[in-house]
Amino acid sequence: MTRKLQTRDTSWLAASRTRSAWLFLAPMLVILALVAGWPLLRTIWLAFTDANTLQLEQRKWIGFDNFLNHQDGRWYGVLADPVWWRSVKNTLWFTVCTVSIETVLGFGIALVLNRSFPGRGLVRAAILIPWAIPCVVSARIWGWLLNDQFGLINHVLQSLHIVEHPVAWTADPRLLMTSVVLVDVWKTTPFMALLILAALQMLPKECYEAALLDGTHPIKVFWRVTLPLVRPALMVAVIFRAIDALRVFDVIYVLTGANEQSMSMSIYARQQLFEFNQAGYGSAVSTLLFFIVALATIVLLVATRVRLGED
Amino acid sequence: MTDESLRAVSPDIPVSSGAPGSLAGTARRVGFFLLVAAIVLYAVFPFYYAIVSSLKPGSALFRVDYFPFTWYFGNYASVFRGQPFGTNILNSLIVATSVVALSLFLGVTAAFALARIQFRGRGALLVTILAVSMFPQVAVLSGMFQLIRALGLYNHLSALVISYMIFTLPFTVWVLTTFMRELPKELEEAAILDGASAWTIVRRVFMPLMWPALVTTGLLAFIAAWNEFLFALTFTLTNDERTVPVGIAVMSGASAHELPWGNIMAASVIVTLPLVILVLAFQRRIVSGLTAGAVKG
Repeated sequence: MTRKLQTRDTSWLAASRTRSAWLFLAPMLVILALVAGWPLLRTIWLAFTDANTLQLEQRKWIGFDNFLNHQDGRWYGVLADPVWWRSVKNTLWFTVCTVSIETVLGFGIALVLNRSFPGRGLVRAAILIPWAIPCVVSARIWGWLLNDQFGLINHVLQSLHIVEHPVAWTADPRLLMTSVVLVDVWKTTPFMALLILAALQMLPKECYEAALLDGTHPIKVFWRVTLPLVRPALMVAVIFRAIDALRVFDVIYVLTGANEQSMSMSIYARQQLFEFNQAGYGSAVSTLLFFIVALATIVLLVATRVRLGED
Repeated sequence: MTDESLRAVSPDIPVSSGAPGSLAGTARRVGFFLLVAAIVLYAVFPFYYAIVSSLKPGSALFRVDYFPFTWYFGNYASVFRGQPFGTNILNSLIVATSVVALSLFLGVTAAFALARIQFRGRGALLVTILAVSMFPQVAVLSGMFQLIRALGLYNHLSALVISYMIFTLPFTVWVLTTFMRELPKELEEAAILDGASAWTIVRRVFMPLMWPALVTTGLLAFIAAWNEFLFALTFTLTNDERTVPVGIAVMSGASAHELPWGNIMAASVIVTLPLVILVLAFQRRIVSGLTAGAVKG
């Protein structure tokens, strides 16, 4: 938006408006600097110290030792810890699985809801419920549904003779990630569907009408008209979801606990910080996580050529 | 995007393209409604099952039922006895309400400057704010912990109010800026000519027009604060200072293998019901708020 004041007489007004702009921004900027800027820089700084969470004041600078160091012929530090690499692998696996399933499923639901039918508003409200449920609660409810002895899922699978014996969804190490993905897909697909639906509803109607008049097959219309037109909005939604998935904590923590088989990067970092009280080492993990997410964001933005913001 | 514009451009493609009454047309319509029913069932069933489970006494809990046969409210009573769950709910309410008030106040003033005044560095500021909204919470966890210890707020609800600003504030500023930018500029020009101060313009000219956007962002901030888990788990220590997500997450029975499922389901229903009511009442607003930031791109 360009807003130019027309006359020279009002240039003092422009100056006073700029001044009031900064005045109006000041409280928000101060708070943001306090709760985002400072903690981030402090975390990065702590990553280079040997601080203990219980005695943050007693610390000394140890350089990159938290990340990697070599002692007595062995490597130490985050980058030498197999549990860290396990959590990276888990998080990437979680991100790829959930985001792709949620996008496909969400697109399907959005296409259905894009039709007009009686009660559409109610259906839209209904699919907002999984989104609104606290992550902790959805993990608890699914923990109950997936319970190995009394859970509904096993009951249904057994009565349909799909499985013979109850499946230990939240205890069997090989199934933990599957369960976590299942719960996250349930919780977040509606969000994807609503974002895609909003994009679909902004498409110009004429495109469809022209295509329908031509007698083009609906599937062809989808690939040739719908998909290219919603692609920018879809990419934004996918990027947001991917960034969100990379920092996953609640669902996994509540459903499976701090279990090595399903540990995410965030859980690993928090465990180091507040269960093992290693503030320095944990901050190194946090710092790595920050740069991984930042890098992923930049790569995704560049790869999809999506422009966020304006000006 | 406002919900009005959403409504205006909705394509409203009819459900069935077959001739009315034809067999193929009917089959397609039935198929379509089965699909819709499946979607609704998928979205709603787990919560419904939690309600059914929460209404069962201990022994019946271990039998699968699809409908509530007993209307047993014992779980709802006992959830308040074993732990300070009432206090937890109150804590959540206090935190979420304070977060909404604070982020709306800071958001409106900042959005006014970002949306209505042309100044150098505005674009960079907007990008910075968007970048903050992508911060992983864990990335600031130890720095935030130290900040809260330094302010003497550890194990205080105010620690949560302050720290939640990191995710509610960028979002609030972003959505309100988008909304404010679309208001016609003639609005304030008359006020400026009258010599009104910027603060008066915000209060008298913009605030009355901003209600829809304020309701939307307020609701989203409330839900985000109500649901937050990581900071609440880390910055509070005692049961009396906990918010409901942490309260529910730490609920345990005599041993790790004997979770009090009845209580957990009752607690889950209690904290989710207000949200479900909010969602049903304000779904249009929430959807328009969720898409306001994202779809613009």
